[in-house]
Amino acid sequence: MLVKLEKLIIGFIFAFSTVSTAMAGGEAEVLHWWTSGGEAKALQVLKDDFAKKGGTWKDMPVAGGGGDAANVTLKSRIVAGDPPTASQIKGPTIQEYDEEGVVAPYHIHAVAKAENWDSLLSSQVSNHMKCDGFTKYCAAPVNIHRIDWFWANKKVLDSHGLKMPTSWDEFNAAASKLQSAGIIPFAHGGQPWQDATVFEAVLLGIGGNEFYHKAIVELDMNALSGPTMVKVFDQMRKLQGFTDKGMPGRDWNVATAMVMNGKAAFQIMGDWAKGEFSNAGLKPGVDYYCLPTPSDHGYLYNVDSFIFYGMKGKSKIDGQKALASSIMGKNFQKIFNIYKGSIPARLDVPMDEFDMCAKGSASDLKYSAMTGGLLPSFAHGMALRNAQKGAMQDVITEHFNSNMSSHEAARRLADAIQASL
Amino acid sequence: MLYWLQRNLPKIVISPSFAVIIWFVYGFVLWTFYVSFTKSKMLPRYEFWGIDQHFRLWSNPRWFNAVENLLIFTILFVLVCLLIGIILSILLDQKIRTEGFLRTIYLYPMALSFIVTGTAWKWILNPTMGLEKLLNDWGFTEFTFDWLVNRDMSIYTIVIAAVWQSSGFVMALFLAGLRSIDDEIVKAAKIDGASLYSIYLTIILPMMRPVFMSSIVILLHISIKSYDLVVALTAGGPGISSDMPAVFMTQMAFHRSEIGLASASAVMMFLTVLAIIVPYLYSELRRQDANS
Repeated sequence: MLVKLEKLIIGFIFAFSTVSTAMAGGEAEVLHWWTSGGEAKALQVLKDDFAKKGGTWKDMPVAGGGGDAANVTLKSRIVAGDPPTASQIKGPTIQEYDEEGVVAPYHIHAVAKAENWDSLLSSQVSNHMKCDGFTKYCAAPVNIHRIDWFWANKKVLDSHGLKMPTSWDEFNAAASKLQSAGIIPFAHGGQPWQDATVFEAVLLGIGGNEFYHKAIVELDMNALSGPTMVKVFDQMRKLQGFTDKGMPGRDWNVATAMVMNGKAAFQIMGDWAKGEFSNAGLKPGVDYYCLPTPSDHGYLYNVDSFIFYGMKGKSKIDGQKALASSIMGKNFQKIFNIYKGSIPARLDVPMDEFDMCAKGSASDLKYSAMTGGLLPSFAHGMALRNAQKGAMQDVITEHFNSNMSSHEAARRLADAIQASL
Repeated sequence: MLYWLQRNLPKIVISPSFAVIIWFVYGFVLWTFYVSFTKSKMLPRYEFWGIDQHFRLWSNPRWFNAVENLLIFTILFVLVCLLIGIILSILLDQKIRTEGFLRTIYLYPMALSFIVTGTAWKWILNPTMGLEKLLNDWGFTEFTFDWLVNRDMSIYTIVIAAVWQSSGFVMALFLAGLRSIDDEIVKAAKIDGASLYSIYLTIILPMMRPVFMSSIVILLHISIKSYDLVVALTAGGPGISSDMPAVFMTQMAFHRSEIGLASASAVMMFLTVLAIIVPYLYSELRRQDANS
């Protein structure tokens, strides 16, 4: 109590004596929600790098809810005309902010040009980082998460004579076999974002890369309500049958734990699930499998990035430039992603210190980028704006948690998207 | 000067908080009204757009679902809370020995926040680790209680948790009301040969009209605002089956970049509160004026 009071008093004293303490490298106030163990460690690397460039880091962590709380804080700061230097924003939301007129005049574009970011990033990723009609850099990427992973318990599969499935039919057969042996085939948490995560992996596998692009990225009405979409919902219904009764509302890491302790066999989840396995001391390829869900060399990505808002004052602009350059630094990209479980957004970072799953992810990424299979995840806010993403998620979760027919679901999907446009 | 100060001190002291309330409550109510007539998406915009957001709101199936849930929840929550609260208070009013102890037990849930209540009930009602599993492990293998994960029943689990938390509070209100009733009236009725049942039903409860009023107003506003309990207990799930207007509003405002639509839904909630509470307060206050 007294300590808090003391802090309050000190806080007031500082607030009323705002002598500019900016150093040569400028200052940066960074709004983020990386506050838990591995993520906080990963962010420390960035703080150190930034300090080496002579910058002053003003931390503004808003913990909780995968960024929900942070988003509320961020919006109120922007409405008040005082945005932070940089904040953790990704996907088309970057361009949405740009359209509200708070990102111009794109101070970091000069840095990006000087360091030639275009050649360091794959074109899909770099496009997400650009504002002003995809011409000027206004955000810097930190990592690439893959979404379409199967996490599976190797011992469970081995003891039933099963291999990792390479098609959805194989998966269904394996799951039925496991179910009759009394094992939960599919560990899942029934939360809307998890339902959507599974849905997009299924859609990518059953519809194929082109269909995914048409339905999810282009929002083509015929694709959304057509026969292929019906098949996708059919597979979702089968997956629902492979879950257990405790599924609704379960957190994703609880589902991961079910795979780890052999109660369940498979889970579909992004590569942050790997952290749960490594914390329990399990090894990929020995204790568990980390392989992509069946698809035609598709790759669903989720790129975390920092957006840089329009700023006034030399010290703040210098801070933005130095921070952008630090984020794209090889050292930060490597160490951060080893901690976080993802892979670097920069293509030229050596991968030999990463684990097997990350190495596989990095080589798949390069292959998929060439063959057109590198696609944005909609469930994690990379493909669609929030309104369309939310509308789609509503239908998916309604279908998965009820006995709605696949035809009905496909029809509603198209209707909901139409209404949200 | 001193005299002037003395006379105006109350006004001076109260005026800052008065100004703050005018601005932050009524000011922002008006602001929300205005925003609901704009095209605001991610951030508020101020060009007038017309009534389209309200049309969009009322053509959104999710909103209808939320409103329907609110109706079910409000009706059940208010009625069941009143019923349990009244019964408990009448039972406690029989001059029993451990009254203080029992009263504390029933009142304690009120000390918890809805988040705690929601989380605890989430565990109790979860079929794979709560009540159902316990009874199954005890040998009642036929027993199922899966309302929490059943989309047709999930809204009732919210009613259960909310009733558990709030009926003790209603009990306390009614107990205070019962204590204020003159013993002579009860004695007179007894002499006239009225049964205990009819004394309560036809004499005592009608006398407790003001207590009914305060309980109903308090319960109603809890139910229309209900957000934290839903988020903690079901998060609106399974699917969107236990969605409520307040959850819908935050979702739209902060997750979906639909600030205009969210404002329209907030306006609807506000009007609902007005439509229910204003006539009620009006009639009750007028009655009191007439009595005094």
